[in-house]
Amino acid sequence: MSQPSIAPETAHGATSGHSQRGYRIGTILAIILTAVPFWLVMSGVLHDAQTTAALIFAMGFAQIIVHVLCFLHLDTRSEGGWTLLAFLFTTVIVVLTIAGSIWVMYHLNANMMPMPMPGGLVIPAH
Amino acid sequence: MSDHLLKSIFGRLTWESFPLHEPILLGTFIVVAALGLALFGALTYFRLWGYLWTEWFTSVDHKRIGIMYVILGIIMLLRGFSDALMMRAQQAIAFGDNQGFLEAHHYDQIFTAHGTIMIFFVAIPLVVGLVNFVMPLQLGARDVAFPFLNNLSFWLTAAGAVLVMISLFVGEFASTGWLSYAPLAGLAYSPETGVDYYLWSLQIAGVGTTLSAINMVATVIKMRAPGMTMMKMPVFCWTALCSNVLAIAIFPALTAAFFLLMLDRYIGTHFFTNELGGSPMMYWNMVWIWGHPEVYVLVLPAFGIYSEITSTFTGKRLFGYTSMVYATVVITILSYLVWLHHFFTMGAGPSVNSFFGIATMVIAIPTGAKIFNWLFTMYRGDIRFELPMMWVVAFMLTFVVGGMTGVLLAIPPADFVLHNSLFLVAHFHNVIIGGVVFGLFAGMVYWFPKAFGFKLDEFWGKVAFWGWVIGYWVAWTPIYVVGLMGTTRRVNHFDDPTLQPYFIVAAIGALIILVGILGFVMSIVMGFVKRDQLRDLTGDPWDGRTLEWSTTSPPPAYNFAFTPVIHDLDAWYDMKSRGYERPAGGYRPIHMPRNTGAGIILAGLALSLGFGMVWYMWWLAALSFAGLIVVAVAHTFNFARDYFIPADEVALTESKRHQPAVGA
Repeated sequence: MSQPSIAPETAHGATSGHSQRGYRIGTILAIILTAVPFWLVMSGVLHDAQTTAALIFAMGFAQIIVHVLCFLHLDTRSEGGWTLLAFLFTTVIVVLTIAGSIWVMYHLNANMMPMPMPGGLVIPAH
Repeated sequence: MSDHLLKSIFGRLTWESFPLHEPILLGTFIVVAALGLALFGALTYFRLWGYLWTEWFTSVDHKRIGIMYVILGIIMLLRGFSDALMMRAQQAIAFGDNQGFLEAHHYDQIFTAHGTIMIFFVAIPLVVGLVNFVMPLQLGARDVAFPFLNNLSFWLTAAGAVLVMISLFVGEFASTGWLSYAPLAGLAYSPETGVDYYLWSLQIAGVGTTLSAINMVATVIKMRAPGMTMMKMPVFCWTALCSNVLAIAIFPALTAAFFLLMLDRYIGTHFFTNELGGSPMMYWNMVWIWGHPEVYVLVLPAFGIYSEITSTFTGKRLFGYTSMVYATVVITILSYLVWLHHFFTMGAGPSVNSFFGIATMVIAIPTGAKIFNWLFTMYRGDIRFELPMMWVVAFMLTFVVGGMTGVLLAIPPADFVLHNSLFLVAHFHNVIIGGVVFGLFAGMVYWFPKAFGFKLDEFWGKVAFWGWVIGYWVAWTPIYVVGLMGTTRRVNHFDDPTLQPYFIVAAIGALIILVGILGFVMSIVMGFVKRDQLRDLTGDPWDGRTLEWSTTSPPPAYNFAFTPVIHDLDAWYDMKSRGYERPAGGYRPIHMPRNTGAGIILAGLALSLGFGMVWYMWWLAALSFAGLIVVAVAHTFNFARDYFIPADEVALTESKRHQPAVGA
């Protein structure tokens, strides 16, 4: 914690000042991206829950990217590109798992006869 | 009061839990106990415990861990296969009035144990074992990236296997099928210990497999010899890399699914129950997100083995190395896109089913490319039909049929007819036996001289080969036929007597496979008896092409006295053709990892944690869990982790190697 990762920066001749700048930008962006969703919900400026939710998701996604770039120093050079490749692979796998599961699970009753599901998971019919 | 006390000590374990009234189990137990006592006695009499402990159990040497994995896999193969024989015998006789010798509940446990053991404790240990032994040697590395982790992974896998074996004699095993589908596996329908045994043994072994996969990926990425770029890496290492990347990606899904099912069973949540908002289908979904790629985790390294052997025994560079690598990578990605084909009939609509159906069929393309690559490697090659090559040819002939029935089943309308039938069962045995098992035998025969310094006995090796190949076809062709006619799987009694001849033929096939298995055991025994004639003094008994053949058989603890420098794919062939001379001096001390008992102790604690949780002995579970934390933390303070092999000792080892090499 007290020792930020030094290898990628120093290996490529960048000064530690560059790294500090990255942390500063990252911190500021992270604060903004956290504060805005709170403000959106608490002030209710948009009057539309769905748009608000979509915006919060978008900012959460931006938050992930900020963390990955500014704090985890993911770039094309670290570990000869392996870190980026591993990150992209993980992203693909996670997206496939989650999106695929949602798609599959909401499709499960497509071939079923309509029947009441008392207390069960209510799945919208297609 | 004493009743209460007994319950708090032994949980739900009572005298009733021991199957004293089941003659089959009692007989098995007596035989196992007698053999176990004989082994224990022999080891004590010959004072081998100390040797085993210091040289094997605590070893962090990737070669020894690999060999222990393979031994575990072979022992569990015998267990899993005896289950198979019992099923074949039951189905061959249980027609009409004859109920056979296994009642339904026992039969259910047997097919569950058979599937669970064959995948988790036979196929995985054998694959991981071969990767462990061979891959660092092919990479020109001294060991894997994390030697202690490797030891821990092995023992966790072994602990899972031991827990499954305990279930044979204490309590009962799951009767829910090899993936323990919810809601049947929930507490409402399976209140006994079976599913708990299943969950805990697979969770413990799963941690081992995941850690091992991380270890192997790190090894490939960080520990290749200088000059070995990714595209100069042997195909086996590529397939091992892709297989382990897949394993890292999928095992968390299985662990999560099992964990949620555990919560359902232990603390009454409703993730996978029918009522209170649970969705059993989510369990199927998560389990198959693991399950389908798992097939490729197993078969990709087997493809690597076939590639190495084809290239070696045709004396040619592998045809289409680059396409082989890309096919492997494409299969890795595609295998993640097909899981729904395991539950086409669950109710999803045509858009979902056709997407997953087409994705499944697409996998046949890179796989087909591989088959053609092997065929073109053989084309105009100087083929030597020694045992490993025979396994490769048998694989190609057998596996292609399994691949075609797979594409057939990938068509959703066909699957609606054939799902849950013996046709499906025949299909996956066709690809697993024809693809994975044949590859593992090919690999074991091929690398055995590297591991032990002498070849397997050829006659018994051929008995094993023909037993397996003929036995496979005799056993599974009739199952394909009855499956196509609509016979369902997992049934212990049939009413239609016209089916009986097929099942009798299948049982005969299983007996032929038994000859193959015994032949393999005999080929090891007779190989050991005749080891002086079969000795490999050169380190390169098959005229190999990759780096593992450049060192002695068996390799020294440090693998290579000098780290090889790679200029070409097929590095050892390249070195040989450039007239490579082994350096005879100038040795330096070699930095090595030190053995540690922490792995086996942690796995032992994990085993008792699992046993305590299965039987609701909360004190035992809590103590074991605390013990796990304490030992794991204490091990981080163990700073005596490495040592140097002095240069003199290296020189001595290397000089011993030169003398016989000159004589030969």
